[in-house]
Amino acid sequence: MTDIGFVRSNLVEPRPAPVRTSGAIAWAQKNLFSTPLDTVLTILGLLFLAWILPPLYGFFFGNAVEPNGTVEQCRLDNAGACWAYIAAEMEFFIYGFYDIPEQWRPNIVFALGAALLIPLLIPKAPFKRTNAVLFLLVYPIVTYFLLAGGVFGLKPIPTEKWGGLLVTLILSVVGITLSFPLGIILALGRQSKMPIIKTVCVGFIELVRAVPLITILFMASIMLPLFMPQGTTVDKFLRALVGVTLFTSAYMAEVVRGGLQAIPRGQYEAASALGLGYWKRMWFIILPQALKHVIPGIVNNFISLFKDTSLVYIVGMKDLLEAVKTKNDTALEWQSANTATTGYLFAAMVFWVFCFGMSRYSIYMERRLNTGYKR
Amino acid sequence: MQTKLVALAATAILGLTAVSAQAAILDDVKAKGYVQCGVTGGVPGFSAPDANNVWTGIEVDFCRAMAAAIFNDADAVRYTSLTSQERFTALSAGEIDVLSRTTTWTMSRDTQLGISFVGTMFYDGQGFMVRKADGIASALDLSGAAICIESGTTTELNAADYFAANNMEFNTVVFVDQDEVVKAYEDGRCDVYTTDSSALAAERSKFANPDDHIILPEIISKEPLGPVVRAGDTQWFNIARWTYFALLEAEELGVTSANVDEMLGSDNPAIKRLLGVEGDFGTPLGVTKDWAYQIIKLVGNYAETYDRNVGPSTPIGLERGLNALWKDGGIQYAPPIR
Amino acid sequence: MTTRELGHNAAPRVSFFNDPVIRGIIYQVVVVAILVGFIFWIIGNTAANLAAQNKTTGFDFLWKTAGFDISFTLLPWSRGSYYWEAFLVGLINTLLVAFIGIIFATILGFTIGIARLSSNFIISSLATVYVELIRNIPLLLQLFFWYFAVLKAMPAVRNSIALPLDSFINQRGIFVPRPIPDDQFGFVWIGLALAIAAVVFLRQWAKKRLEATGQRFPVFLTSVVILLGVTGLLWFISGASVTFEPPVLERFNFKGGLALPPEFAALVFGLTIYTAAFIAETVRGGIQSVSRGQTEAAQSLGLKDNDRLRLVIVPQAMRVIVPPLTSQYLNLTKNSSLGAAIGYPELVNVFAGTSLNQTGRAIECIAITMLVYLCFSLITSAIMNWYNARVKLVER
Repeated sequence: MTDIGFVRSNLVEPRPAPVRTSGAIAWAQKNLFSTPLDTVLTILGLLFLAWILPPLYGFFFGNAVEPNGTVEQCRLDNAGACWAYIAAEMEFFIYGFYDIPEQWRPNIVFALGAALLIPLLIPKAPFKRTNAVLFLLVYPIVTYFLLAGGVFGLKPIPTEKWGGLLVTLILSVVGITLSFPLGIILALGRQSKMPIIKTVCVGFIELVRAVPLITILFMASIMLPLFMPQGTTVDKFLRALVGVTLFTSAYMAEVVRGGLQAIPRGQYEAASALGLGYWKRMWFIILPQALKHVIPGIVNNFISLFKDTSLVYIVGMKDLLEAVKTKNDTALEWQSANTATTGYLFAAMVFWVFCFGMSRYSIYMERRLNTGYKR
Repeated sequence: MQTKLVALAATAILGLTAVSAQAAILDDVKAKGYVQCGVTGGVPGFSAPDANNVWTGIEVDFCRAMAAAIFNDADAVRYTSLTSQERFTALSAGEIDVLSRTTTWTMSRDTQLGISFVGTMFYDGQGFMVRKADGIASALDLSGAAICIESGTTTELNAADYFAANNMEFNTVVFVDQDEVVKAYEDGRCDVYTTDSSALAAERSKFANPDDHIILPEIISKEPLGPVVRAGDTQWFNIARWTYFALLEAEELGVTSANVDEMLGSDNPAIKRLLGVEGDFGTPLGVTKDWAYQIIKLVGNYAETYDRNVGPSTPIGLERGLNALWKDGGIQYAPPIR
Repeated sequence: MTTRELGHNAAPRVSFFNDPVIRGIIYQVVVVAILVGFIFWIIGNTAANLAAQNKTTGFDFLWKTAGFDISFTLLPWSRGSYYWEAFLVGLINTLLVAFIGIIFATILGFTIGIARLSSNFIISSLATVYVELIRNIPLLLQLFFWYFAVLKAMPAVRNSIALPLDSFINQRGIFVPRPIPDDQFGFVWIGLALAIAAVVFLRQWAKKRLEATGQRFPVFLTSVVILLGVTGLLWFISGASVTFEPPVLERFNFKGGLALPPEFAALVFGLTIYTAAFIAETVRGGIQSVSRGQTEAAQSLGLKDNDRLRLVIVPQAMRVIVPPLTSQYLNLTKNSSLGAAIGYPELVNVFAGTSLNQTGRAIECIAITMLVYLCFSLITSAIMNWYNARVKLVER
């Protein structure tokens, strides 16, 4: 009875310390050399970087000609990017043919846009509603009158003179603010129970989504004059704007539809049970939930629209890319081996900064809005 | 507040669409205060933005001359750069008042597109540019060569005709945009670049080493380039036509922008009539009596604009050739102002 | 009694205008009226404009001779060809670039997408940089960049780089020998067809046997043997042979052989690079959407690594990947229209560009072009619907 089996009398040997899971070496072991294949890939990746980085550094910085350099430096055999060319033509890249003494007007537009947009994007900033109204309704009108002139003694400047980044930004900002509500209406129309409205919306969405933007812009530039009564002309800028907006709104409609379909039926029924009318139901109950679901899709469309503005050269607008191309071709005093490449790289960098900024902001918003679902 | 916003927005949109009355183009132009002029995207010497982003060129000067005749202000012009594809629709739809964009006068264009050619500002012909190093002496050596060409032009068809007529192998690379055509040739995609020989010279002047390229002696087509207006408005057509003739007449009579004020006191009756000192030829045309004086004062005569934009002293360096006055061995000829 | 009365309560009296049914009808009538009015307005204007410009309309121009040259055609083409042939050339060039672009973009996109999920820091970072860089820059800009970069990087015709097998590469494109099969070669094609049929049959049989008995059959190896064996045997018996016509350097360029122009190369390259970035994101999302539990469940069923991927993970990931993937394919096809900017003779360049300009038939040319893209889209969505119905989650 007293035999209680086995009683341990000595201590267990201490285990070796666990493998370090923090610190540089452990990190490298885990992330770079965990398997033989991994090691091979790491080495290949490093070799690739070693192959590509030094020439890139040389081109962009090492051998590049400073913005205050001269064209002679750009023409040297081993010269890299000719930033001096960009600096010299910067005015054209930003404003196009916009009259030089009047360039304070686009500057005000830029400043005003930034002043209104930034508080709108910061979730904590107050007066969201006023801010949104100002930005979405008042700002475009102010922008138009400020840029086009003809009122309050401002010198009239026709849209043919607008160009460069100015055009790219205006087209995308206005395109975004217009295509979004239009897309929502189209999406609601597609969900509608009224057969004719549904057919019209589906037809429009599918037709526009099926064809390349380039053909829509061709239509705007070559066919639109035939469609209008004789003697009516539509400004090229407006054509580009309408073309890009209609194109994006069809894609937007599909994204919003995805969001609408993700809302459970119960929400619709509950809203009806509260006695809300169709528009109130949509505005207060359905859309806020639906749009939250599809923020990445919406922002992706905005990014596409921003990139697509580079096609408006078809209707003869000089957007940023076209402005760069024009100068690459006509700035005789800046001819050198790398001039055109530098121009393209500059345009690419500008586009990239804006698009990347938008995509980062969408990820931030997505995380912020998602908090409600986490437990 | 809301109604005001809506009204303002409507104004903004309306500001971008213009409905012109079906009435005379001249009245329209006078009402809006400027001439809307269709130009190229940038062909140096013809129409291109200069270093200060101001449009210059022989075609630009024509539009300026029209504005000078109508408004006594050569700067009352707005420019629309057009691709070769959209130029005719833009004109016939009334987006522009005059098209001055290296446009070749052909029968089908004149009769089938609802437009009228004003005259031949510049007699041109299609030529070929090749690299000197290739050692090509004649266009007949070009069988099988890769040829860079802009789409939507008479050039494309002329070249095809020429190669077929001479039984040569035809091999093209076609771009929508002139800039890409030149760049592709420059980068070695093609052996040959073909377009109007004046434009060849203009483009050659832009190359880093213009001397590495030669323009072959063959001119394979007639390319009379001139301004174009909408068909059906005789008054406007006449203003455009007589603006062109006034430029020529001024050269013929030796009136330049420098001496035009002196010439007001000239005894030559032809000069008197041209400058509006004797008789009134402007008012029946719909412009002022001193219309030609304004053109010459503000823009210059034909020789001045030629020399300033494409003449031998410019990078483009074109001799007058066919474009000399009839009395100097060319074919530029203006009917008398009488 | 009361309940019954409540249940059959007459609809509350609403004013005529507030009845949703009547309202719906009114709305639709208004929409139709506006739409019809708008269309008639446009047609009227167009007719008036065309009459004023003395222009004719109609599709008769398709049977006129084109008179221009097209730089890259798979069909026989000469100056005397008709406009409808120009249309076909453009269409086939578009399809060719789309087809090849789709293959390459899929391979590159899947590679990058998987690389982004790699546990290797360098590989996943490189993939991330690639995706973020490429998809935030307009395609048109990239195409210009690649086209002129390709042109600059390649040697002139005189200094062509000679590749093995009589192939050459220079600024004018890639030139490879053209295989010319003799008359007997038809038998080889027959052999290949037979072999493919045999392989299909074998696979089905092997699957049935696996399900019935659990025994595996080395399908892959056998298939290779059958394909090579049958085709080779017929080749040997028939005595068919292939001669090669090599490209030969002439005064200006290589003649003979098969040639791929740099416009084609740059367009395929640009479209591949651009679309792959989007496909990579799709693939990453698809793989991440399969929860870890699925892997564990498959393991606990005792499936081998290979089968686990093939039977459990991939089918579920593909259900998420395929719909956006097809829309990327469609995008690639539509984006190929940008080839016009770098001189590749695809549909928009040949038909909505050159043909439109030479004939002046703007409405007809643009309408036909749009119709073609609409057809692409409709065919793709038909295939997608079929696929979606097939892989739909079968729920109980």
